[in-house]
Amino acid sequence: MERMTPLLSASDLAIGHGGKALFQGIDLRLEPGRVLCLLGPNGAGKTTLFRTLLGLIPPISGRIMLGDDPLSRLSRVQIATRLAHVPQSLTTPFAFTALDIVLMGAAALLGPFSRPGPVEHQQAMIALSRLGIADLAQTEITRLSGGQRQLVLIARALAQEAGVLIMDEPTASLDFANRVQVANAIRQLAVAGTAIILSSHDPDQAAALADDALLLNRSGVIASGSAQEILTAENLSRLYGIPVRRERSTDGRLHFS
Amino acid sequence: MTERRLSWLLALALIATLMIGAMIGPYALTPSQIVAVLGGDRSDPQAVTVLWNIRLPRVLAAAVVGAALAAAGAAYQTVFRNPLVSPDILGVSAGAGFGAVLGILLGLPVMAIQILGFVTGLTTVAIVLGLTLALRGTGQVLVMVLCGIAIGALAGAGISLVKLLADPDQQLPAITFWLMGSLAGIKRPDIGAALPALLIGLAPLIALRWRIGLLAMGDDEARAMGIDATRLRLLVIACATLMTAAAVSMAGVIGWIGLMVPHMARLLTGPRFDRLLPASILIGAGFMVLVDTSARSIATIEVPLGILTAVLGAPIFVFLLARGAKSWSE
Repeated sequence: MERMTPLLSASDLAIGHGGKALFQGIDLRLEPGRVLCLLGPNGAGKTTLFRTLLGLIPPISGRIMLGDDPLSRLSRVQIATRLAHVPQSLTTPFAFTALDIVLMGAAALLGPFSRPGPVEHQQAMIALSRLGIADLAQTEITRLSGGQRQLVLIARALAQEAGVLIMDEPTASLDFANRVQVANAIRQLAVAGTAIILSSHDPDQAAALADDALLLNRSGVIASGSAQEILTAENLSRLYGIPVRRERSTDGRLHFS
Repeated sequence: MTERRLSWLLALALIATLMIGAMIGPYALTPSQIVAVLGGDRSDPQAVTVLWNIRLPRVLAAAVVGAALAAAGAAYQTVFRNPLVSPDILGVSAGAGFGAVLGILLGLPVMAIQILGFVTGLTTVAIVLGLTLALRGTGQVLVMVLCGIAIGALAGAGISLVKLLADPDQQLPAITFWLMGSLAGIKRPDIGAALPALLIGLAPLIALRWRIGLLAMGDDEARAMGIDATRLRLLVIACATLMTAAAVSMAGVIGWIGLMVPHMARLLTGPRFDRLLPASILIGAGFMVLVDTSARSIATIEVPLGILTAVLGAPIFVFLLARGAKSWSE
C-alpha cells in the first residue's frame, strides 16, 4: 500500500535540554485525521518532545519533517501555518475576551503591521462555533471554567488554520464534564481531517481518543504503534512501573486499573 | 463603546485639559482669548506672549511627557506580562537621574544636562540588556528584571554620591527638585529636542501594536503563533526605553504615571495592546496636563510633579485595585 506523506514526522529523534539527551530513537508520523497520544507518567518529557516538534528547542539529533520540508528550514510563520499549539492552560495575567484570544490565532496569516479585520473576526467566530462556545465570544477568560478556556485555546489553534494540532495534556486539570466536552471536540476535529497529537497520563483516555499511541517514560520509548494493539497490560505495567490490569467493557472500550 | 468612539471621546477630553491648562495661571486667559490668539489675532500682545511663550510650551510638554510615560508603561506591562511593572523597571530613570545630577554638579547648561540624562538613561538599559544576553539561559525575563534592579541600585548609589559632593546651597536644591520632577524650566526648544526620540520610539509601537499584544501570552505561545518573541520584545523595550529616557531628561523623574495610567486605560479598553496603547497615550497626556496645572497653581511655589503624582496616584491606584483586581489577577 502506498503511504501518503505525513503532515508531521520524526525519525530517530533525540531530544533534551542543553545538549543532554533525555531520550533517543523516537519515531513518529502523523497523517490527516489521525490522533496520536503520548502516554507516560508526569515528568517523562512529553512537554520537551512537544517543544522540540514545535521548533521551540532544537533536537539533539534526528530529523523532524513538516510535510516535505525539514522543520529546521522553516520560519516561525511557516511553522505556525502548519502546526498549532494548544497549551495546557492560559497563562496571561490579563482579562482578554475569548474572541481576543481566538483572533490571536490569525497572527501567522496577517502581515506584521496588520490587525485582524472582518475576515479574521468571521474565522474566529466559526472556530468558536465549531467548538460550541460562540456565545462566550465576548466573555472574559477569567470568568470561564477550565474546560471552556481549553476550548477557547483549541478554537485559537483552529483559527491558525494549521493541519496539525499539538495539545499538551488538554484534559489534565479538568473535571469530568469538561473532560468529556474537550474529548468530544478532539474526536470531531479528527473526523473533520485535522491531525492531532496530544499528551495524557490517563490510559483510558488514550484508548478512547487515539488511533496511535507512543508510550514514554524516563527510560525511553516503551512502545509505539496502533493504540488498540500496544495498550496492553504488560506495556502499561512497564510504563508506569506498577501492575496494571486491562479490561474491555461491554461497549468495547478499554479500561485500565 | 466602540474603539473609534472611545478614541474621539478621549481626544476631546485631552483638548479640554489642554484648554484648562492654557487658561490657568497668574495671568488668566479666557477660552475665547486662547482661540483668538491661536487663530492669529495679535490685538492683545500680552495674551500672545503668555500663550505662545509660557502656557503652550508648558502644557504641550506636560502632554508629551505624560503620553510618553503612559505609552512606555503600557508596553512594558504587556511584554513583561505583569501589570505591576512600570517603565523604569530596567533602570532607565535611575540612569537618567544619575546623568542629569552629574550634569548639575558639573555646572553644565540646561540642554547639556538633558542630553547627558538621556544618554545615561539609555546606557543603563543597554548595560542591563547586555548583561541579560551574556547571562542568557533560563528565565530571561526574570534575569532581565533582576539585572535592572542591580544596575538601577548602582545608579542610585551614584546619585547619592553626587548629592553628597554637591554644593548644599546652590546645586543640592536643584538636584532634589530635578529628582522629584518638574516642568518649571521648560522652554519651547526643549520640546523640539525631545520630540524626535519620542516619535522614533512611538512609531514601531503603534505600527506593531496588535502583534505586541501577543507577547502577553508568553514566549512559547507567541512563538508557536508565528511571532519572533525575543526580537519583538527587545524592540519594544528599546522603543519604550527611548521614550522614557526622553521624557525623564525633559521633566525629571516622575513616578506613577507609567504604572497607573495603563490601568486606567485598561478599564476602558480591555487588555488588547492595540486598543490599550492609544487610550494610554491620550489619558496619560491629559492626566499629566492636569497634574502639572495643579503643580503650578495650588500653591505660591511650584509643587514637584513627583510629589503630586504620588499623592494623586496612590489613592487612584488603590481604587483601581479594588475595582479591577479581578480583571487581571489569576
